[in-house]
Amino acid sequence: MLKYLTPLALFTVMAVFLALGLNLNPRDIPSPLIDQPAPNFSLPVLSNASQTLNKDKMLGEVWLLNVWASWCVSCRSEHPVFNQLARKKLVKIVGLNYKDEPTAAKQWLAQLGNPYNVSMMDQEGRTGIDYGVYGVPETFVVDKKGIIRYKHTGPVSWQDVEKILIPLINQLKAEV
Amino acid sequence: MKLFQIIVLLALSLNCFAAVEYKKFANPEQEEAYKILIDELRCLVCQNQTIADSNAELAQDLRRQVYEMLQQGKSKDEIAEFMTQRYGDFVLYNPPFKAKTGLLWIGPIVFLVIGLVMLFLFSRKKKLADRGDVSDAELMEKEQQKAKVRALLREGE
Repeated sequence: MLKYLTPLALFTVMAVFLALGLNLNPRDIPSPLIDQPAPNFSLPVLSNASQTLNKDKMLGEVWLLNVWASWCVSCRSEHPVFNQLARKKLVKIVGLNYKDEPTAAKQWLAQLGNPYNVSMMDQEGRTGIDYGVYGVPETFVVDKKGIIRYKHTGPVSWQDVEKILIPLINQLKAEV
Repeated sequence: MKLFQIIVLLALSLNCFAAVEYKKFANPEQEEAYKILIDELRCLVCQNQTIADSNAELAQDLRRQVYEMLQQGKSKDEIAEFMTQRYGDFVLYNPPFKAKTGLLWIGPIVFLVIGLVMLFLFSRKKKLADRGDVSDAELMEKEQQKAKVRALLREGE
């Protein structure tokens, strides 16, 4: 009996490990920035380059940081989701326009709609490095104290918004 | 003639136009540190390449970051720390040993030990069997099988 059970047990263990491996996303790298203060930035605003935005201006509010670029294909698929979220007026959405041409970026927003309260330009990708950005689009949720509480890598779906983002935002808004 | 054509075409291939990054260093130690660092940092876009191997935009930016920090007089450890704070241990090809990376470091040794134990157990069993130290029940079973085979052979004749 053991003769037949041993290979079966081995097979089951291997199958479980392989199935886990198949379902994990190797691109989903846990960010060390969760529960850490959001890195500071001081970047020109896309709609008016003479203005700069820094992190301290957002203190006291729950806000989303969405890293996007006009050259990024998945950002295009994600865009309607943010438009829809913006219409709810639940939370401020700050765009980080990552390594992009300002004219192309402005055109993109004019064409597809602008869900961002403000977008800032990170043409050299330095703020991107500070936020550990490695695959656009990426979305961070920052709380009232300026602490990063959640990070989503890759395009956000409406399901993600309803199941994860909205409950989290409401919870963070209730915090003092 | 054909060979000549091939050589000309190869010489014109795109590889020849691949950009070479030229960087100036203050001293050989700094250059050495740069080479070691870019060989130890992972490009997070094309995950199985170092930032030295990869030409992804992020890899270029990270190389620039490493270069600039070296120019500012930062040490290798400080730069590795800077990268880990932003991208996690995953960015290092040679991650430090801690609770989170323990399985990574110990895993191979554990599997080696399991393999050796199995090898030892199986070879001992086989040796015992060869020496004839088999149980009566197994002998009986073998005899029965032999009888069956003989019967089958006889049928076939």
